[in-house]
Formats: sequence, C-alpha cells, structure tokens
Amino acid sequence: MTVKTDTNPTEVIRKQNIPDERGYYGNFGGAYIPEMLYPNVEELRSNYLQVIESADFRKDFELLLRDYVGRPTPLYYAGNLSETYGAKIYLKREDLCHTGAHKLNSVVGQALIAKHLGKKNIIAETGAGQHGVASATVCALLKIPCTVFMGSKDIVRQQPNVLRMKMLGAKVVAVESGSKTLKDATNEAIRHWINHPDDTYYLIGSTIGPHPYPDLVARLQSVISEEIKTQLMKQEGKNAPDYVLACAGGGSNAAGAFFHFIGNEKTRLIGTEAAGEGVDSGLTAATIYSGTPGIIHGCKTLLMQTPDGQVMEAHSVSAGLDYPGIGPLHAHLHATGLAEYLPVTDTEALEAAQMLSRAEGIIPALETAHAVAALSKLKFKPDDIVVICLSGRGEKDLQTYQQYFQKI
Amino acid sequence: MNALQNLFQNKKQNLLSLFFTAGYPQLDSTAGIIAASQKAGIDFLEVGMPYSDPLADGPVIQQSSTLAIANGMTIEILFRQLETLKGKTSIPLLLMGYLNPVLQYGTERFMGKAAACGASGLILPDLPIHEYREEYQTLFEKYNLSPVFLITPHTSDERIKLIDELSNAFIYVVSSAATTGKQQDFGLTQQEYFQRLKSMNLKNPLIGGFGIHNRQTLQQAWQNLDGAICGSAFLKKLAEAPDARKAVEELKKDLGLMVE
Repeated sequence: MTVKTDTNPTEVIRKQNIPDERGYYGNFGGAYIPEMLYPNVEELRSNYLQVIESADFRKDFELLLRDYVGRPTPLYYAGNLSETYGAKIYLKREDLCHTGAHKLNSVVGQALIAKHLGKKNIIAETGAGQHGVASATVCALLKIPCTVFMGSKDIVRQQPNVLRMKMLGAKVVAVESGSKTLKDATNEAIRHWINHPDDTYYLIGSTIGPHPYPDLVARLQSVISEEIKTQLMKQEGKNAPDYVLACAGGGSNAAGAFFHFIGNEKTRLIGTEAAGEGVDSGLTAATIYSGTPGIIHGCKTLLMQTPDGQVMEAHSVSAGLDYPGIGPLHAHLHATGLAEYLPVTDTEALEAAQMLSRAEGIIPALETAHAVAALSKLKFKPDDIVVICLSGRGEKDLQTYQQYFQKI
Repeated sequence: MNALQNLFQNKKQNLLSLFFTAGYPQLDSTAGIIAASQKAGIDFLEVGMPYSDPLADGPVIQQSSTLAIANGMTIEILFRQLETLKGKTSIPLLLMGYLNPVLQYGTERFMGKAAACGASGLILPDLPIHEYREEYQTLFEKYNLSPVFLITPHTSDERIKLIDELSNAFIYVVSSAATTGKQQDFGLTQQEYFQRLKSMNLKNPLIGGFGIHNRQTLQQAWQNLDGAICGSAFLKKLAEAPDARKAVEELKKDLGLMVE
C-alpha cells in the first residue's frame, strides 16, 4: 500500500490525478478561505505530503487499514449480475470495511495526521452519517474527543448512524441553518473551526473543501484503485478494467476508485450523480449536469447556484449525495473528458438497490445504489471488465427502502 | 484618492464604522441606513452583499443574509439603490461580501459598477492574497478601489507586513479567532495582540471588528487601534428599531456615545 505519487507509471497520469502546488486541477480547486482559517489550512498544506509519505505514518496507516478497517477488501466477481448485463462485473467491496463504507480509509489517515500535528480535538461534518460514524470510530480508538455536525433533516433520515455515533462517544450537533443537510453541516463545522483554531483538526469527509483537502482525501482513498489493480491482475491477468463505476456526491469513493486509472485510455471512468427527481425537476443534486463554475466551501468547482451566485439547495433521497457541489478533481475530470458523469434519479437508485439485493444478496447503501444503477445505462461487450465501487452497505437505509417499496 | 482614503487623511483616531447587510430588514432599507448613519456622524460604512453560505459569519449576519436574499436582494439591485444615492451622500462606502457572487456577476463588470456607484473599496474575505496580486490588483487600481484584508491574532507578522504593503486604506483587525458577533469582551490576549500590532508601525490605519457591541469593547478598540467596526450589534438594532435613525441612535447609546 502506498500513498506516494511517484508510483504512477507516467508523468501524464500524475498530472491529472493530483493538483498543482496551489491545489488546482486545471481550472478547479484552490483555497478560497477567510483569514481566520488561513493558519490552520496552511499548517496542513505545508505538512500533509511530508507526513503521509513518512515511514512512521505509513507503518501505522497500513497496519490500521489491514487489521482495523479490514483491507484489502475483496474484489468480488458478481456472477449473477454479469449474466444479466452481459459483461464481467466485479464489485469492489468497500461495504465490507469496518463501519460499513469506504469513509474509514480517509478517516484513519486524517486522524493520524491530526495526532501528528498535535491536535486535541476532531470535528467532522456528515450527510448520511457514514463519515460521522467513521470519525467517531477512529476517535474512540485514538482517544480523541470528536464532534460531528449533521443537518437536522439528515438526523431524522439516518437515525441508526446517529445512534452509532453517540454510542461511540461522539457529540452530534444538529445543524438547523439553511438546508439542514450536508451543505450547512459543512458550514457549521467550518465556523466551529474558526472559533476553535488552536487545537482542533477538521476531518473533512470527501474530496471537497480548500486545498489540500481534496488531494489529501483522494490520496488516502486511492488505496481502493490500487487494490483493484493488484486484484485484477491476479483474477483476470489485467492491470486495468474497461469500466470503473462509482457514485459521486463530494466524490471521495469515486476519486479513490478512479485514482490510479485516471488518464489510462483503456479504462472508462464513470461517476454517477444523484439526479433526485430528475435533472430538470429543480429537485436534483446532479452537480456536473446542472452546475456552473463557482466557489463552494473553499474551492473552485462546479456547483448548483442561482445566476446571482447563491448556492442552491440540493435534493436527493440519499443523504450522502445531497450536496450542491462536487470535488474539484471531478469537475476537472469532467472538463477534460477523462471521466464521464451520469445522472441517476431517486427511483432508479431505489430500484437498483432492490435489484442488487435480489441478484447478489448484497444490500447496498442508497448512495452506492446510484453507481449500480449505471449498469442499465451502459452497453457492454461480453468480455468487458466492469468494476463497481460498492462504497457502502445499506443497513442505514432500510427505513427509506421500506417506505419506498411499501408505496409502490 | 478615493473618499475612504480621504477620510483617513483627515481623521486619525476614534473612527467608527458600521456594517449592515443590504436588503435587511427590508429590500429597500439601504438608503435609509446610509442617510441615518451619515447624519449620526458615522465615519464610513460597510455594505454587506448577502450570501447564502457566509462561512466567516455568526448567526446574526447569517440570518440577516438569509432574510435579505429572501427579500430579493441581488448585487444588481444593490447597485441600482446605490446609484440613486450618488451625489446625495458623502459618507465613504465599502462593499463587503464573499467572492462567489462577485465572480458570477463578472469581476471587472462588478468593480466598474462598484466604482461608478461611489464605492471606495471592497472587502472579499475569501479572496486569496496570491490571487489578488496576480489577477485582481490591476483591476482595483484601474477603478480606484481600495482592497481591504483581514488579519487575526493568528496571522503571522510576515503576513501582516505583506497585507500592509498591499493595502491603501486600512487593515481590518479581527479581534479574536471567531466568527462575527461572538465575543463578549476583549481579554488579555486581545490586548496583547493589539499591542503587537501597534509596535509593528504599519503604514495603514488599523480598524478593529468582530465583537464591538458596548462602551467597553469600543473604548478598548479605540485605545489600541485607530477605529472600530460594529456589525452584528447594529443588525440587532436594525431588527428591533422602528427605523434606521432610531437603530443608529440606540446603537450609539449602547456604545456609550453622545446622541444628539
């Protein structure tokens, strides 16, 4: 396992999956932050590469990924899906990570960085609660007090995760401002950080925020594509698939699943966005499809906004994708054609969750179901190798699934 | 020289500035607030352009922004309101807001309009300094607008010197590490911070903001710095008072100032 960039085979690939020193992927990224945040962000920026490439960090990180997170996660050949869709379909089982999603990869890494920087408290934002649970988990392990900001709307629809965070000893702060979802949970976490700058580490859950967060989270999640490469070689004798499918809200699991294949002409990288009730319904979170360039949470990227530059509220049945922006890496991959992004509606995702449950005996998270839904939007050749990043498991969404399938 | 620079030429201490959110409490409150402030002897004004996601602001400014946006306030409408006041008011004005709405309006178009409406400067807290130097500085100069940067107790001396170099009106001294409207009073750390700034002999006046809400905080800011900015406390008065004149009057009372 490595988080170093010099393992990439060519200079071309290297330039597309990591930003320049100011945090820009092409036109997107950067650090648009008020002065109150500058010293903290600068402290992280000037230290993160050195820390994550150090032998000490890598030793601790790799050990925790193996024995605590449960890595490597299997690359499972999904025979029944393969038969249905006429391709060789593999599921990268991030849902089997401890706490039930890929989120833990980045949390373990960032919590180790926080310790290294001597921080005494960790704060995090959460949408679906997966990042909050992951943060609460690692903070319990490393004995760091943890505060999680969560929109009050999300607290209602993701109760099981709220209970888990509390059981793990984290403080959950209900955010009542604005949309009462992930966007405003992020605002409140940032405000808390402004008010507690000395000893607090802000553990961002996705490839969003000011530089260096998008790059830091992408590097920590890149273990996903690194394992896919090794596993495919073993299982198929190939080092890259024909397709990688992943859902993208902020875009961390997609960044991790794409990372080592970015710029590889052999592989089509496909991100799926939550279209909510439809991309043109006004109730959507499909940022690439309906967003325009601007600034959200400290970075330049695509976001859903009014012509006056006010950030719009996103809409998705999935709390983890209910975000009006997307990580700058994805905005760049879209702009350069290095990845494609497909909108998937609430209904399509719910149906895909049902389909996967029945076909393979795996209940996916609602977020993940958006990636699964892409199967029926693509045309494969029989020998195509398709890897779906199965980013999370569906226990937290059972209530939503039940409500939906009762209605129809 | 713009009106703001002119003010600092003539008045060196005990300056008082107010911040208000345009479009709050009513869409058309702008003119009344400006007139009342000028009449009450306020030295200059910061006109806040409301934004949906004001990261650096506490609940009072957040709520005023949400309401102002709901009232229909936009940059375009604000410019129209300010245009009608041109020539009728003399109080120096700054526009303050987050970068995204400015980008969407078009940076140069925004600056041209701001200058044409009589604004003396801009405060864009999330504009990075390196980007200011590379892409914005020439536009600020072209339209004779003063850039105003924030510093906090955590800003390094080196960075403060750079900001002093880039500034030509004043430096906005954030009193402590906090979002707006947060402090109850200035403790020893703030006093030390103010002293540190004083000893640096900066070329620009230092105006303190964030937490000015009563006689004590105002006097402490005035003793240590060249002036003070009052935002959240003023917005609270605007919400409670029947009109802008009364709001300014009530605020001045709280700040321990004479009311005519």
